[in-house]
This record gives sequence, C-alpha cells and structure tokens, in this order.
Amino acid sequence: MKSDILKTASDYLLPVLLLFSVFILLRGHYLPGGGFVGGLMASIAFVLHAFAHGMDNTLKFMKYHPAIFIPIGLLISLGSCIAPLILFDMPAMTGLWFDTPMPVIGLIGSALFFDIGVYLVVVGATLTMLFTISESTD
Amino acid sequence: MLISVLLGFIFPILLLLINKRLKEKLSVFYGLLPLGLFLYFVTRLPIINSGEIIAVSTPWIPSLGLEFSWRLDGLSLLFSLLITGIGTLIFFFSSSYLKGHHYIDRFYSYLSMFMAAMLGVVLADNLLLLFIFWELTSITSFFLIGFNNDKKESRKSAIIALSITGGGGFFLMAGFVLMGHIGKSFSIQDLSLLSYNIKHHDLYWLVLLFVFAGAFTKSAQFPFHFWLPGAMKAPTPVSGYLHSATMVKAGVYLLARLTPVLGNHDYWNITLMIVGGVTMLYSSYHSLYRTDLKGVLAYSTIAALGILVFLTGIGTEHALLAVSVFILVHALYKAALFLIVGIIDHETGTRDITQLSGLKEKLPFVGIAGLLAAFSSAGIPLTFGFIGKDLIYESTLHLGGLLGIGLTALAVITNIFVVYAGFMAGIKPFMGKLPKRLEHIHMPPASMWTPPLILGILGLLYGLLPAIPGQGLLRFTATAIQGYSIDIPLKIWHGFNIVLLLSAATIAGGTLLFFVLKPSHGHLERLERYSAVSPQQIILKFARGTEKLATWYTGFMHNGFLRNYVLTIMIFVVTILGYKLFTRVPIYINPTVLSDVTIYEVAVSIIIILSVIRTVTTSSRLSAVAALGVLGYGICLLYVFYSAPDLAMTQFTIDTLTVVLFVLVLFKLPPYLNFISRGVKIRDMTVSALFGGLIALIALQVLNEPVNEETSIFYAENSYVLAKGRNVVNVILVDFRGFDTMFEIVVLTIAALGVYSLLKLKIDITEKE
Repeated sequence: MKSDILKTASDYLLPVLLLFSVFILLRGHYLPGGGFVGGLMASIAFVLHAFAHGMDNTLKFMKYHPAIFIPIGLLISLGSCIAPLILFDMPAMTGLWFDTPMPVIGLIGSALFFDIGVYLVVVGATLTMLFTISESTD
Repeated sequence: MLISVLLGFIFPILLLLINKRLKEKLSVFYGLLPLGLFLYFVTRLPIINSGEIIAVSTPWIPSLGLEFSWRLDGLSLLFSLLITGIGTLIFFFSSSYLKGHHYIDRFYSYLSMFMAAMLGVVLADNLLLLFIFWELTSITSFFLIGFNNDKKESRKSAIIALSITGGGGFFLMAGFVLMGHIGKSFSIQDLSLLSYNIKHHDLYWLVLLFVFAGAFTKSAQFPFHFWLPGAMKAPTPVSGYLHSATMVKAGVYLLARLTPVLGNHDYWNITLMIVGGVTMLYSSYHSLYRTDLKGVLAYSTIAALGILVFLTGIGTEHALLAVSVFILVHALYKAALFLIVGIIDHETGTRDITQLSGLKEKLPFVGIAGLLAAFSSAGIPLTFGFIGKDLIYESTLHLGGLLGIGLTALAVITNIFVVYAGFMAGIKPFMGKLPKRLEHIHMPPASMWTPPLILGILGLLYGLLPAIPGQGLLRFTATAIQGYSIDIPLKIWHGFNIVLLLSAATIAGGTLLFFVLKPSHGHLERLERYSAVSPQQIILKFARGTEKLATWYTGFMHNGFLRNYVLTIMIFVVTILGYKLFTRVPIYINPTVLSDVTIYEVAVSIIIILSVIRTVTTSSRLSAVAALGVLGYGICLLYVFYSAPDLAMTQFTIDTLTVVLFVLVLFKLPPYLNFISRGVKIRDMTVSALFGGLIALIALQVLNEPVNEETSIFYAENSYVLAKGRNVVNVILVDFRGFDTMFEIVVLTIAALGVYSLLKLKIDITEKE
C-alpha cells in the first residue's frame, strides 16, 4: 500500500487525529469520551500512519518504542491513586481537585491524571501488540 | 513487632540495590540483621519472665476479620529467639561456607525472607495471618532447598518438599476456616476461650483432621516424613536452619499453640501419641542405616519431631514442660551437628561416614563442638540434653499403668537410637586414625567453627545451670502451651530413681550400639528391598498418577485450536444456562414491554444479517474480516440508537483495530482452502444457533423481572456531587470503580508484554535454528 494520496493525507491526519484523541480524553469527565477511547483513537491514528508509510517509518517517526508509554502511564495512574494517601493522609483514590477551573479543560482533578495514565497505557499496549504482530508476520 | 517481621522482607529489596561485587564483600555483615532482631527479642525477655504477654494489633482488612495482630508470650518468644539466634549463627556461618558462590545474594535474600516468614508464623495471633506466613515458609524453603538449582536431584527434592508441605497447607487452611466458622473469630486468643464449644462441636473431628494434615506434613511426621531427608540436598547451613529450629518445628509450634484451643480431648491426645510414637520409632531406627552424615541427622531430626508430637499428645504438665525443654535442647544440638557436618563436608569434600575418621587432629575446635553436641543429644549428665531426656521419661512414667510402661519403653528404645545417631555425627568422624587422603585439610575460618561451638557450650551451660532457662522462659513456654501456669523447676539431680536408671540404660545402650554396629553401605541396601511399600513410593506413585491425569486432561481440553476452545465454552454455557433457564424459570415473553421498532433499527438489522451471511459464505479471508467489521459497526449503531454513546465509541474503535489486526495477520497467509466437512458445518451451525437463541431468550426474559434501579440512581445522583463529573460512565471508570480500572490497565500491560515476549521469543528460536 504505497499510495501517495494516503501518505500525504495521513501526514496531515495524524496531528489532527491525535489532537482529537486528546480532546476526547479531556472531555471525558463531562461528555462521552475518556482515556480508554482516546487511547484507542490515538492508536488508530498511528496505525493509519503505519499503513501509509510502513511500520518501520512510523517507529522511526515516533522516536521511542510505543512500549515506553506503558510504564509511564501506569506510573501516572498509580500516582494519582496513591497521591491522596501519601500527600494528605486520605484513603487511596480520594478525588483531589483544584479550586479554579482551567480555561478550555474545566476543573482539573486527580481523576484527569488517572485518565491520562489510562490513555498512555492503552496507546502503548495497543501499538506494542499491533506492531509486534505485524513484525512477526513479515 | 510488625517491623521486626517485615525487616526480613525489606532486606532482599535493599540487596537488589547494591552492586554485585560489594554484595560479596558485605556478606559478613548480613548477619547483623538477625543479630539485631535477636537482641530486640532478648530485651523482651524480662517482660515475658515477669509473666506478662505483649499483644499488638493493627487492622489490615477488617471486613475479612484479618488484622496484623501479634502476640508475644513464652512460646512465641522461645521460638523467636531460636529463629533469630540460630539465624544469626547461620548467617555468619554461610558467609564463609558459600564464599565466592555466584548467587550468594540470592541465598541471603531467600534466607532472610524465610526467617521473616517463620517469625510471622510464631508471632501471629490471627489464624489467617499465621496461615499466610505458614505458606510463605513453604515457598521460601522451596527456594532454599532447591538452591543448587543446576542439579536435578535438588530441584526434585525441592518440588517434593513444596508439594507435601503445600498440600498440607491446603488442608490447614480448610481447618482454620472451619475453626473460624465455629468460633466466629480468627483470633487464637478468642478461640482458646471458646475451647469447650469447639471441642463439643459436631465438626471437631474434621477440624482436627485438617489441622493435623497441615502440622504433620510440615513437621515430617510418618507417613509424610520422606520430604525431609530429600531436603538434605540443600546447602548444609540451610538444612541446619530449616531442620533444627525453624521450618519443621513450625508444625510442632502449631500443635503447641493450638493445644489450649483443640487439645485435651481423646481424639487429639491419642492421634498425636500414635503418630508421634510411630514416627519417632520408625525414623530413629532408620537413622541406624544411613551412611551419609546428613542422612543420619535427617532421620534423627524426624525422630526428635516425633518425640515432640508424642509429648504434646501426652499433654500432661510434665509432658508439656518436656516439649518446651526438648525444643530448646534439640535446636541447640541439632543446629550444631548440622554445622559440624557442613564444616566436614566443606573441608574434606565427603559426608560418607565410612570415609571419615581422626579429624580431631585437624579440626580440634570443631571436634570439641561435636563432642558437646553429641553429649547433649545423648543426654549425658551435666548437659542440657540430660534434663530434657529426664523430663521425657518422667512424663511417660507419670501416666502409670501398662500404658505408661509401654510408652516409656518406646521412648527408651527411640532414645537409644538417637544417642547412636548423635555419636555418629558428632564423635565418629573425629575418632580413630586420620586417613592419608585427608592429611591436607585445615581449619576453616573462625566464622565457621565458632557457631557450632557456641551452640555446644550453651547446651553445657544450660545443663549446669538449668534454672536460667527453666525458671524463666521455658516455664512460660509450658504455661503458654498448657493455658494455665505451670511451675516445675528444672533440676540437675533428681536423686536415685527409676528415671535415672532409664537414662543410664539409654546412654549405655546407645554407646554399646555405637561400638558394635559399624556403618556400612550394605545395611542400606538391605533396607531398600522394602522400598516398594514405603510411604514415599506410595505417595510418589499417587503424584505420578495425578500428573498423568493432568497431562491427559490438558491434552484433551487444551489442544491448541482456538475454534475448539470457543466451541467448548459455548457448549458449556448453553448446557448450564439452558438447564437452569428451562427447569427453573417460566418462559414468558411479554410483548407490551418491548419498545416499537423504528425504520433505522430494521435497516441496521438487515445490514447485520447480510454481513453475517457474507462472513460465513465468502471464500476469501479478507472479505470475511471486512464483513465482520461491518457487523461490528452495525452493533455500534444499535448502541447509538439506545443512547450508549460511550459504549458505541469504544466498540467502534475496537472494531476498527480488530479488523486492522486481522488484516495484518491474514494478509500473509496462503489462499483460503476449505477443509471443513459438511458434518462440522452443521455442528457449528447448531451450536451457534443454540447459543444465540439462548442469549436472546434470556435477554427477553430479563425484561419480565422487576429492575432494581438503585445502583443506576446512586451513580446518576452522586457522580456530579461526589466526583464533579457529568459523564456517569467515565466517573464510574475513573472514580467510583477506579481500582478496577487500575487493575484493568495492569492486565492490558500484561497482555501487551505477553504478546511481545511470545512473538519475540519465537523469532529468536527460529534465528538460532
């Protein structure tokens, strides 16, 4: 599948899709969306890129292997889980919130960080699986 | 106390952080950990000796009745001191014994975790907590026994030890749960107050059966004794630690600990007396036939455990005091003997008794330690062993009548064999002329010969001044076992009486045996003729049978074809669900509760049906996958119609990715060939039609049931109030049920790692070939 149209289109689509996936992630707390769906969308964006340019080029473009997102995501989620326990001596997973809402995003709380962690793990895990499988079939 | 237990688990984590070369250099200092703990427990001595008990409790999972409740009384303190004290000596000993070993850091990690687990067992007051540590001792000892994991024998005996003790642990758990059920509490302290109720409960015999299964397997009682000689494949310091004071004593500890709860009942006493009696006679007799020094010690250890169980079974005040004394006596001399054997093995390279003699010239201090330990084990007057043996005879004689005489005779015979075994290990290698072959050997470093010497001297010291342990710790140990205060002073001299006569006869008999019976390999061969009927063979046969069954079952159920797995699952679900549905539920479909059908739904349904037909009839894999994708999107649309946008979005992306994945894999496969026969097609069609039909029927039936809306109302009302989110689905995921999500992403990680490692591994193998 070496179509120039697809290549060019995917170059432009990748940032748009990624932006959209982040948008889905951020709106999750109030409207349909969330880390899981957002992560899957981001993975699809990269898969599209891989279809157009070949997987090797996508890996090169990503600079780091997608598997690196998994531990980072896990750490962020875990951090937001135990932060109340460590910082404020409250039960784990207590929701912590900033008082003033941010423009665009709205209120920021520990749930958002948890969701960001989920997002990263989903991206990492999905891409690792897909890339490994497609590598092994070569 | 929580900290003192946890330290042993924290230590290995710290070890991970140290650089490899530094680890070896520092290994001398690792002993400071058990030493520190030992000193801590020594400072508790005055408190216990004044008759008090230390109890601490921290909640852990209150809803399960599980708490970190620790209790330090005489019995726990005796064991804690033995565990940490002998642990200290073992730690120092090993730093020389395993000097330069490649995995010395691993060794110390296992050892300290094992020590911590043992401490947990003896300090826990909660049955569930005790059980957790009990299992941890099984697991950590598995690693210790199999430490030389490049040897097949070692691995095998580690697995046998784990399966026997682990199997026993399984029963023990059942016993504990039953006890908790009867007594409505898991605290041993609470249960001992309810002792009467438990002993008169209908299920008392079952509790006993389970607890005994756990204790007997752990303490290597007949017929489960054979894992212990097998465990001699471990490095000698490990054997010394596991078999003198810790692992195998855990079973004895448990029986002693539960005596106030379950004891003093005919079932309890008689079973323990029989099992302990058989064990001590059987294994002490067997020790005569061994030529491997560690084999001799292994069988005499089992005999000692038999004696302890036997005494617990007698259950009188004298007997329980004898238990307390003998635990200490045995720990001191057996640890010393094991370490001495370790030194001999380390210096001469053999443990064969027929090859060893005259070592006293080369290893003088070790010889002295050996002599002291052997004397204590033989019960020569002025050693601590003498007092221990006296108490044993006294407690059997106190029973009176024919039973008393019979049991005393049994104890005397056992002890004669034990005397022989002690002399064999502690004296025989040092006597006589030094063979030429061994002339090059030299003294080991002080860190190796000091520990057995200390233990030997302690055995002598306590023998000379029995009041030191007797008026203090041991008295409160017996008190803790009995449940009420015992005060029988330990004395060196009881005057001329029948006990003294028996003691003299024992020593004389054992000494005679020592000079008459020359160890040779022939004896062992004669014994092996009966091995076909030995408990070991019978249990191993049973294990092999289980293995065969498992292999057959796995081959049958896990044949590697995904389609068969799916088929099995579906048939199972259809059978179970169908059976329940048609026998228990009146089938009735209420048309009034169904919503009206719209044109969109009809259109989507037609698309779904068409794509199903396409999927099963197409002759190209890719178009089958594409059709499946269409089917998935159709279902997403249905979700949208029924206002579940979150679900639809997720399903949509998942479907896309699934199709991509399929295409990636299927693209490379050779063209599609149809291997499926007509029969298989009909079978699959029937199963899937049944499955689909059943699920549809259940979905319709569910509508008849009144819906409990409490849950959904709770989430709808509280999601904004409590979690500041308007999207209930997301709030449930990241807040209300956040822990579930946390674990789900962990599972996702494991899946990704699994795919990655499986496929990468495969690539490596093909590259090698």
